[in-house]
Amino acid sequence: MGAQKKGSSRVSEDAEELARNPLQAILLADSFTTKFRPITLERPKVLLPLVNVPMIDYTLAWLESAGVEEVFIFCCAHSRQVMDYLESSGWHKQPNFTVAMIESNNSISAGDALRLIYERNVIHGDFVLVSGDTVSNMSLTHAVKEHKERRKKDNNAVMTMVIKKSKPSPVIHQSRLGTDELFMAIDPDTKQLLCYEERGEHPRGAISLENSLLADNPSISLHNDKQASSFYMLRFSFLYMQIYGISIFNIDCYIDICSQEVLSLFTDNFDYQHLRRHFVKGLLVDDIMGYKIFTHEIHSSYAARIDNYRSYDTISKDIIQRWTYPFVPDVRFSANCTTKLEREGMYKAPEIQQSRSAHIGPFTVIGKGTRIGDDSRITHSVIGEGCTIGSNVSIVGSYIWNNVTIEDGCELRHAIVCDGVIIKAAATLEPGVVLSFKVVIGRGFVVPAYSKVSLFQQPTAQDSDEELEYADSSSGTIDPSIADAGNKLNGDIVSESSQMQDWSTSQLGPGGAGFIWSACDGGCEEEWRHSVAPIPTDQLAKALLAIEEDLEIVKVSDSALTPSGELEPGSDDDDSDNMDDSNVDTVDFEKEAEATFLRAAQDNIAVDDLILEMNSLRLSYNKSAGDCTGALFYPMMKLALESPHNTAVELQKNVASVVSKWHKLFEVLAKEVDDQIELIMKFEEMCLESTKEFAPIFSQILYLLYEREIIGEEAILRWDDERKDADESDRVFVKQSEKFIQWLREADEEED
Amino acid sequence: MPDVQALVNEFLNKLKKRKIEGSQATAKQTAELLRSVISQQRVPRTNQAGALIDAVRAIGEQLIVANPIELAVGNIVRRVLHIIREEDLSLTTAAVAELNLSTVSDDDDDGGGGDQDDRPVLSAAAVAAAARNTLRPPSLQMLLEGAPDFVAVPRSSSSGGDSEGKSKSMDRNSRTRKLKHDIIEAVNELIQDITTCHELIAEQAVEHIHQNEVILTLGSSKTVLEFLCAAKEKKRSFRVFVAEGAPRYQGHLLAKELVARGLQTTLITDSAVFAMISRVNMVIVGSHAVMANGGVIAPVGMNMVALAAQKHAVPFVVLAGSHKLCPLYPHNPEVLLNELRSPSELLDFGEFSDCLDFGSGDGSPLLHVVNPTFDYVPPKAVSLFITDTGGHNPSYMYRLIADYYSADDLVVQRRHAAGN
Repeated sequence: MGAQKKGSSRVSEDAEELARNPLQAILLADSFTTKFRPITLERPKVLLPLVNVPMIDYTLAWLESAGVEEVFIFCCAHSRQVMDYLESSGWHKQPNFTVAMIESNNSISAGDALRLIYERNVIHGDFVLVSGDTVSNMSLTHAVKEHKERRKKDNNAVMTMVIKKSKPSPVIHQSRLGTDELFMAIDPDTKQLLCYEERGEHPRGAISLENSLLADNPSISLHNDKQASSFYMLRFSFLYMQIYGISIFNIDCYIDICSQEVLSLFTDNFDYQHLRRHFVKGLLVDDIMGYKIFTHEIHSSYAARIDNYRSYDTISKDIIQRWTYPFVPDVRFSANCTTKLEREGMYKAPEIQQSRSAHIGPFTVIGKGTRIGDDSRITHSVIGEGCTIGSNVSIVGSYIWNNVTIEDGCELRHAIVCDGVIIKAAATLEPGVVLSFKVVIGRGFVVPAYSKVSLFQQPTAQDSDEELEYADSSSGTIDPSIADAGNKLNGDIVSESSQMQDWSTSQLGPGGAGFIWSACDGGCEEEWRHSVAPIPTDQLAKALLAIEEDLEIVKVSDSALTPSGELEPGSDDDDSDNMDDSNVDTVDFEKEAEATFLRAAQDNIAVDDLILEMNSLRLSYNKSAGDCTGALFYPMMKLALESPHNTAVELQKNVASVVSKWHKLFEVLAKEVDDQIELIMKFEEMCLESTKEFAPIFSQILYLLYEREIIGEEAILRWDDERKDADESDRVFVKQSEKFIQWLREADEEED
Repeated sequence: MPDVQALVNEFLNKLKKRKIEGSQATAKQTAELLRSVISQQRVPRTNQAGALIDAVRAIGEQLIVANPIELAVGNIVRRVLHIIREEDLSLTTAAVAELNLSTVSDDDDDGGGGDQDDRPVLSAAAVAAAARNTLRPPSLQMLLEGAPDFVAVPRSSSSGGDSEGKSKSMDRNSRTRKLKHDIIEAVNELIQDITTCHELIAEQAVEHIHQNEVILTLGSSKTVLEFLCAAKEKKRSFRVFVAEGAPRYQGHLLAKELVARGLQTTLITDSAVFAMISRVNMVIVGSHAVMANGGVIAPVGMNMVALAAQKHAVPFVVLAGSHKLCPLYPHNPEVLLNELRSPSELLDFGEFSDCLDFGSGDGSPLLHVVNPTFDYVPPKAVSLFITDTGGHNPSYMYRLIADYYSADDLVVQRRHAAGN
């Protein structure tokens, strides 16, 4: 009890501080994305039930309990519905907590929303910026205090982002929230955010930290939130973690504490749309104004944002497992009805009619007034209010919303079923299915995995560029055909019945109603990432494999590091890029070099020009001269091989002519002894593998190269030394050129 | 009335969000809220007690549902209901006695009548107890009809009043005001009791803690802290073992407080309790609630301590303010005995996120984390209860409960469930 006293006294202290300057919050009740389509065509995302309570209630309840006194809810898509809900839910009646609506019909992004709020001039101090799909139980007081103290010291600290530590296991990350992979660099001393990159923007993972950035912050820590497809970036983080001995992965909670300036910044930069993509990155890149972003790490509290179906699933399960306490079903934090927690995480609301033979498994929530028939099995699922579930139904890991009818013998696995859906007898929903409002699934129909079904037809394919994400997210911009369909649907019964007739030839089996949407932009292979269904084992295996490969590359590139694991200042870029080259770019570079050389040979370009060209190519790929000679030697020999010849002698002549023509190239590029040795080795390799024709005349060509001063005496001798300890098979060419080497050595001694 | 509703809503909110912690604070705030409800409630000319009971009960229902875990809320609601009944009864007795006085003779003057006129408020409980025998014989008809008593009682009084005629109307008006006044007085006393319960319990400390004893406690409780400190102030020298009370580790805080007050303290882990118990002379713990059978709802880990104490025949003493006395039995399905808190108190989410992966396998992680708040200690494991009214045996709890609660009020919650 002592602790509680302490806690409460601390809270009241903070409350006093807050009273002086009431804490405000902006809640964006629109995600400005299309991830929850087709459901969001009919209902805004923030009103979708999460464990039988609309998402926005979690956010509001949290803001209220965290001491926020004034919330501005910005709504855009379906604003009417959001307003109606808030009217009826009683959030307006809370003491010391005001909820104000800001409505807009033409905002297409978070940037627009914030600009509009700035125009209204309602924010008077620091504010909390969240979206209406945030679930959290963290205490804001500490974070806000930190933010304010920083502000006192440094007026440019305009924003504090909340982040959460997580286990550095990429597979887990990917499977948890299914959001884009994230790369954060945070100064561990000041907690300043230095770099923020989302995976989606860099298709090749080409992220380069500026040298100066690293030089300025010798103890920089890099945080990688690894979520999505490619495991490419992992290498970076692993590498850096090894360098600095820090291995932390982080989740961006999308909770920001901002100063007033943030709003004016949005107004000043009218092209800022996305909070993270434009605003955060804009601030980080812009060093004229010198604005800084800091982070606040939470440990024991929970914070997450529902970004897609996968995070919907994960966060629902977190709620059922009570990580979000006190925002759990059996605590009435909003207008939700009394629910009782029973053994093994079974939550039951009152007035449930459950058959004695029905089996309700662990971690299941059953809503008020639901009827469950004989021998039905329900596990790891959430069932809404007023549902009717027949007998012999099997429901696993699914989310059934309100007033759904599921007839006998149906099987549902990892599906989302919206309000008013009717699933007729013996139908099956395969994993990852989403059924939007009032869809009817015909008798015995099997809905294929990952399909999304809606009464609305899929909007015709629009430009699949990035603008799509912003452009058509609000209902205001839904194309007219859909809106018409909606009117018909919500309108009189006559038109509905006429529609029902249309469905007779539906895609959903006898008596079914609805359209199956084809896979969205990401294509089918992306579907598994964002659906509620667990990741298929084969995909998981693939992902694991990719990680292992990546790890191997990291190991290889590790050798580039100094033994102490420390990078020498200034060499950061080189090393990270070498590692980069070692897998993808080397192949590219060699191809490019070959093409350049062949073109030069064909067009009789002067050697000097080719050298220039090769040098620029080398620099753009950040290669050493040795790589370059290796890459050039191969096409040169190939050129000699391709010109007509009958005997080895003729071939030798060809080579001689080619070499004499291009020897200057190597004189410039292969100045160093090491490069020359590399050249010999490359030649050796060629003779063994790709161009065996050269094998018999190896020593002659070696002599030729020596004569032309492409390969120096020292290089050959050292090559010989290196090969001394090698296997017999590797010494074939050394033996062949024994005489030559002998001669060289003698000449050397004579000189001495 | 509207401002009362606002008060109620605010309190409901706090309860729902689990913002008030500790049963003493909850009890006190509940009592204060009900006091303002009673003072704002307008009472009809007849059956005032019934109206008040209805009002308190309606609000009590909401309060109980808002936080079913905090049994103190229900306890206080029932205590207030009981107070209303008793006060009403005492006034009725007084009226009846007056009637007897005027109609029969002056011979009874040296009886209860004269006394009641002088100071009826103070002796209300005594008179009520006396009146229970005279005025309310267990009538079979009443039991069968199931008519609530509060309806029956005023009816008899009004019939008495009618027989008196209109001359008594002035008197009845004053009675209305008097009833409310008396009730508010009594509720004030209740609030006073709740506030001072720590001191009342602590006063008894010297009788229980002796020189050079070793006391063991688990977790942290304000009552225990005051109790130990009271003994210390009386120059008793003793040592305290504090079990840390995982997962909230409030024992750490208690140890800090004890050391600050100059007590020799040893901090141990919960799992070390059995190892240490043989050196302990007495276990003194706080509680969350005491049930009607003498069972104790206490912070998790308490049953283990009780079993260890039982094994080594160490006295297991539970401190509980009278507001923690719950008239319900633990086997009652309506009673919610436990609350599961966030698993993050047990382990860091970040470290275990790989065990809590929903995306792979069949969608359910292999690791579940359960974090219950409370433990149940059966009455036979408890040696003694120390409440603000003194020390009691577990088997005596039902008597205390009969003193504090009226049997008619036990069903506040059930009525709600039926109404829902």
